[in-house]
Amino acid sequence: MSKVRRVEAAVEGIPDGAVLMIGGFMAVGSPLRLIDELVRQRKRDLTIIANDTARPGQGIGKLIVEKLVARVVASHIGLNPETQKQMIQGDLQVELVPQGTLAERIRAGGFGLGGVLTPTGVGTVVEEGKRTVEIDGKVFLLELPLKADFALINAKRADYYGNLEYALTARNFNPLMAMAAETVIAEAQDIVPVGVIPPDAVVTPNVVVDLLVAKERRHG
Amino acid sequence: MDEKTLIAKRVALELRDGNLVNLGIGLPTLVARYLPAGVNVFFQSENGIVGMQALPEEGMEDDDLTDAGGGPIGAVPGAASFDSAMSFGLIRGGHLDVTVLGGLQVDQEGKLANWMVPGKMVPGMGGAMDLVSGAKRVIVAMQHSAKGESKILRRCTLPLTSARPVSLVVTDLAVIEPTPNGLLLRETAPGVTVEQVLANTAAELIVPADVPVMPLAP
Repeated sequence: MSKVRRVEAAVEGIPDGAVLMIGGFMAVGSPLRLIDELVRQRKRDLTIIANDTARPGQGIGKLIVEKLVARVVASHIGLNPETQKQMIQGDLQVELVPQGTLAERIRAGGFGLGGVLTPTGVGTVVEEGKRTVEIDGKVFLLELPLKADFALINAKRADYYGNLEYALTARNFNPLMAMAAETVIAEAQDIVPVGVIPPDAVVTPNVVVDLLVAKERRHG
Repeated sequence: MDEKTLIAKRVALELRDGNLVNLGIGLPTLVARYLPAGVNVFFQSENGIVGMQALPEEGMEDDDLTDAGGGPIGAVPGAASFDSAMSFGLIRGGHLDVTVLGGLQVDQEGKLANWMVPGKMVPGMGGAMDLVSGAKRVIVAMQHSAKGESKILRRCTLPLTSARPVSLVVTDLAVIEPTPNGLLLRETAPGVTVEQVLANTAAELIVPADVPVMPLAP
């Protein structure tokens, strides 16, 4: 069965209160059409797992401004004053995670690992409430896996089976998140016939992609 | 020469040919302008590229080629792009030779605080904690004082970025190296005396008999 859906239909299946991973780094490599559609359909009480909350009118920042988000797990919120404001007012829960740890927690979630051991955060506030493990005389933090109900992914190119390739710095968290969610929805800049993307160029194999957002029609 | 340029020109001399280098946002990015002749390095941007360079000219922006602030950059021939796990594998795994970061405070033991001011500014640590924990050399590039208060203290009052001491601190007044015995005054800025450095520093400094003047990249 075809995985291609109109963006409206792809987002309709996301319930209020869902846990979403959203790819992108300061909105670069974020699935912007899916985010706009989340806003249009007023999906609420969302938990967003993402690197950052971009700027107020941009990418994930739109979800924050529209007050659709209840909880954020991110490494950086510094360029979105609205996120900080809602956090200080107590309207938005924010869990700050070191960027490399965030990547590895998502990877652990998608790769079936029980957690990761990292030196990052030892002896800082990030260590609070976490188990430490000593290996060969060095102390590591045990960081637990992250998973989501949906991953919203941006890719440079998809084929109609859902094989994905990425562009430059727009790759960032996308391939990691594509492994770590119950349902994976990919928005590609282009969708090409099966066979056009050579196997060696595929970064995310089609088997983990559930839905593809239909291309924007330019005419007709 | 303004203070930031001075700091950048001193830090530039710490980079070695063939290094992989990560420059933080703000003052540290200036360092790239003053690389000495014959020193070729690869710059990493933690959002997923090795081989970034400044945007060569207006009109060459690419929506998918950006720095960690989301601004447009260029890439040198031989550049490589990758996902965030690989990017931080390079940082945490001991593959990054030098990271240059801004600082809010550095303490007597060389520990850095640079990611939040409780109750005032909570931007998040981004990649800073991984960079300070994982890079082979960590260089802090910052003003010596802020609003008349020394940023080099006996103990940081702000939350630490890492428990690991940094390798070198370069300010507009001095170059200071954290050692197992304490903070060693290595150099003074041109026109600055040892006494002025001591008077502007709220931590103990070890002062050797000879403290040379800071050399600067052209």
